[in-house]
Amino acid sequence: MVKVFIPTMLQPLTGGVKQLDYDAANLRQVIEQLEQSFPGIKEKLVEDDRIRPNLAVAVDGEVARMGLLEKVTETSEVHFVPAIGGGF
Amino acid sequence: MVANIVLSEIEYTNVGKRPVRPDGVDKVTGRAQYGPDITLRGLLHGKVLRSPYAHARIKSIDTSQAEAYPGVRAVITAQELPFASLTKEELGTGYQALKFASNHILASGKVLFKGHAVAAVAASNLHVAEEAAKLIKVEYEELPAVMSVLEAMKDGATLIHDDLFTSSLGETAKTASNVAAHSRFEIGDIQQGFADADAVVEHEFQTASVHQGYIEPQNGTAFWNTDGQLDVWCSTQGAFTVRSSLADVLRHPVSKIKVTPMEMGGGFGGKIAIYNEPLAALLSKKSGHPVKVVMSRVEVFESSGPAAGSWMKVKIGATKDGKITACQAELALDAGGFPGSPAASAAMCAFACYDYPNGLIDSYDVVVNKPKTSAYRAPGSPQAAFAVESVVDELCEELGIDPIEFRLRNASKEGTRRIEGPVYRRIGLVECLEAARSHDHYQTPVNAQPSGKLRGRGVASGFWFNRGFVSSCNVTVNPDGTVGVVTGSVDLCGTRASIAQQTAEVLGIAYEDIKPSVADTDSIGYTFITGGSRTTFATGLAAINASQDIKQRMVERAAAIWESPVEDVEYVDGVIQHKSDSELSLTFKELAQRSLTTGGSITAQCNIDPSGEGNSFAFHVVDVEVDQETGKVDVVRYTALQDCGKAVHPSYVEGQMQGGAVQGIGWALNEEYFFNDQGQMSNSSFLDYRMPISLDLPMIDTVIVEVANPGHPYGVRGVGESPIVPPLAAIANAVYQATGVRMQSLPITPGKVLEALWDKNGS
Repeated sequence: MVKVFIPTMLQPLTGGVKQLDYDAANLRQVIEQLEQSFPGIKEKLVEDDRIRPNLAVAVDGEVARMGLLEKVTETSEVHFVPAIGGGF
Repeated sequence: MVANIVLSEIEYTNVGKRPVRPDGVDKVTGRAQYGPDITLRGLLHGKVLRSPYAHARIKSIDTSQAEAYPGVRAVITAQELPFASLTKEELGTGYQALKFASNHILASGKVLFKGHAVAAVAASNLHVAEEAAKLIKVEYEELPAVMSVLEAMKDGATLIHDDLFTSSLGETAKTASNVAAHSRFEIGDIQQGFADADAVVEHEFQTASVHQGYIEPQNGTAFWNTDGQLDVWCSTQGAFTVRSSLADVLRHPVSKIKVTPMEMGGGFGGKIAIYNEPLAALLSKKSGHPVKVVMSRVEVFESSGPAAGSWMKVKIGATKDGKITACQAELALDAGGFPGSPAASAAMCAFACYDYPNGLIDSYDVVVNKPKTSAYRAPGSPQAAFAVESVVDELCEELGIDPIEFRLRNASKEGTRRIEGPVYRRIGLVECLEAARSHDHYQTPVNAQPSGKLRGRGVASGFWFNRGFVSSCNVTVNPDGTVGVVTGSVDLCGTRASIAQQTAEVLGIAYEDIKPSVADTDSIGYTFITGGSRTTFATGLAAINASQDIKQRMVERAAAIWESPVEDVEYVDGVIQHKSDSELSLTFKELAQRSLTTGGSITAQCNIDPSGEGNSFAFHVVDVEVDQETGKVDVVRYTALQDCGKAVHPSYVEGQMQGGAVQGIGWALNEEYFFNDQGQMSNSSFLDYRMPISLDLPMIDTVIVEVANPGHPYGVRGVGESPIVPPLAAIANAVYQATGVRMQSLPITPGKVLEALWDKNGS
């Protein structure tokens, strides 16, 4: 199962749940299942069918390169983190 | 002084050597072409009229006299930008970002900082343009200027944007605010963590806005042809970023924009955003001529992007045996007039050097009436480290534990989970700390105090993520056996050399036979900026992959010549040979010479968006001398240690470490944007904005700690960011040890030191 970690600022939407396990093959499926569990969470993460511009997704510690198409495995960890900002 | 040291375990033929840089001769003989060197037929010169106020409403702009001035060919205001004629609906979800980008290029409605561009003129020469710009009449209604994050965050503060609402991970506040974004990170139970602590230290800190201090001012030349083709030449860290930014603000297709990156006279993060390029483009479109716009030094200071100033509060608790139980921080970084400070990055870097069970970090991106901030090496990390490493230093003193020993007991290592979630892979912080502890500098007692002066030693750690991102590389075997390597990565600091070395290593040929070059946006695949410590890693990987393809094609070509199965041919150390027939063997050059008559050029390309970049850690040790009479702080000994992964070109790595240390020393001791009561910068020249020079400093000794990055075939990690992170706190900690006063506001000027000493001594 994919371990999905809920960012601190979205935990009010999940009733304080910090981590869930999902059966998914890519990030799109992860987020769709999150939305089923916690309606309204998807719009906080996705805009125009893409990960929000100020957000990055780390899969197994690496920033996802393929957006919603990024593959995940049954041992993956998924974290939603701010994109590195400041115009570096 | 101890010589620079490389702690290495792996030796290669080309990687890890110190060859002469390919662009060196052109640069030292003056042949290298920088942006202002561009000359084109009919070239006009642009001058920008800028706001004299930090915050004001624009009531009217009259350009008629300027337009009538002899020699003037075009005058533009924000009305010429496409944003002025598009509706919110037409611009869609990116409306606000585009509005901010457009208004940053040319002010519309309000000016948001002193130096904000209001109008621009193109004329036959610069003097005419300057005179004409003075004839533009702008009527302002001056508004209160908000110059600090604390002031900007107060209830009832003057709003810089009426339509800016705090964004918190997809949630948007209902009332307007100067806080553009709030991020929060949490791990464990922060209250329990402090309850478990035997000692808790908490302090507030402030840092001033500082500039990257590159020698070459921003510049841009553009020619907007009648067919809509827009050609741009500029000094930038990323030609493709300029292209996409221009496409956004000009609403012009990327296919009709070609950006040629010129040689760079320094960037350090400050040459990513566009300033002059869109002005030159619009002036060219209006005049029908190519137009060049070059900033003066004053404009560079007042109108390009400095690094963010900050206010921070940090609290750390630890047990008496030196284990951290809780880390907490509030970090507010100023963004200047438009959102975009590295506040969230600062939060993610703040405690990155430590493995701790409980943590809570809030960060705020805050708009103020200063120039829009830009990146500066490891954006956000130096500010955060100043606060965190100062608190750690005080905690060590309170607990009576050696500062390196304390850091070793709490050091992040492989498997440590960062507060934002991901877990570290192989990193080298522990190795850096151990190298520092055994280094002659740390083992030598602080020298006896000369008369009237106090000496002290400080240490601090630093972190940067490093990044991969998209890179492209084309490799071509020339008929004489040399190899052309074309990338889209602008060479800021020796990346032509580092990429050539990696190419030579793969191909098993001489470094001198590699001919690296940097292409324009029409001639290479998309390549992200040179920045974030990514180029030697990511573009290097693109070159490695393309070179592997070259090897395979050389094998296939030889097999075709020998009429042998490909499987019977191998590539060994730059020689293509038959596996079982020793008569059949060609050197790389011999096969290259036959390439055009045996099927044509041998080429390969790679477009890559790699993972596995590997994080970077630095640790610095500094001795300072404080003059009690004047308050002046002198750095008397400095040692910078860093896990650099495999140092591809150790001399350039040492240069990065030394340069980062020096810039951090300036940030700590001298540099600041000094604003007067009206929000106007009072020190916008290199005479008054005092950066350290060689006469101010000792030799910066370096120790390269090579902990190979498993995400790269040669173990490469980025190196350019983390060396600027530790100096701010290391120096503040050294000043504390010397004087007994803890400096919580940067820069540590003589005046501040004297006042602190007077407070301490009661006089």
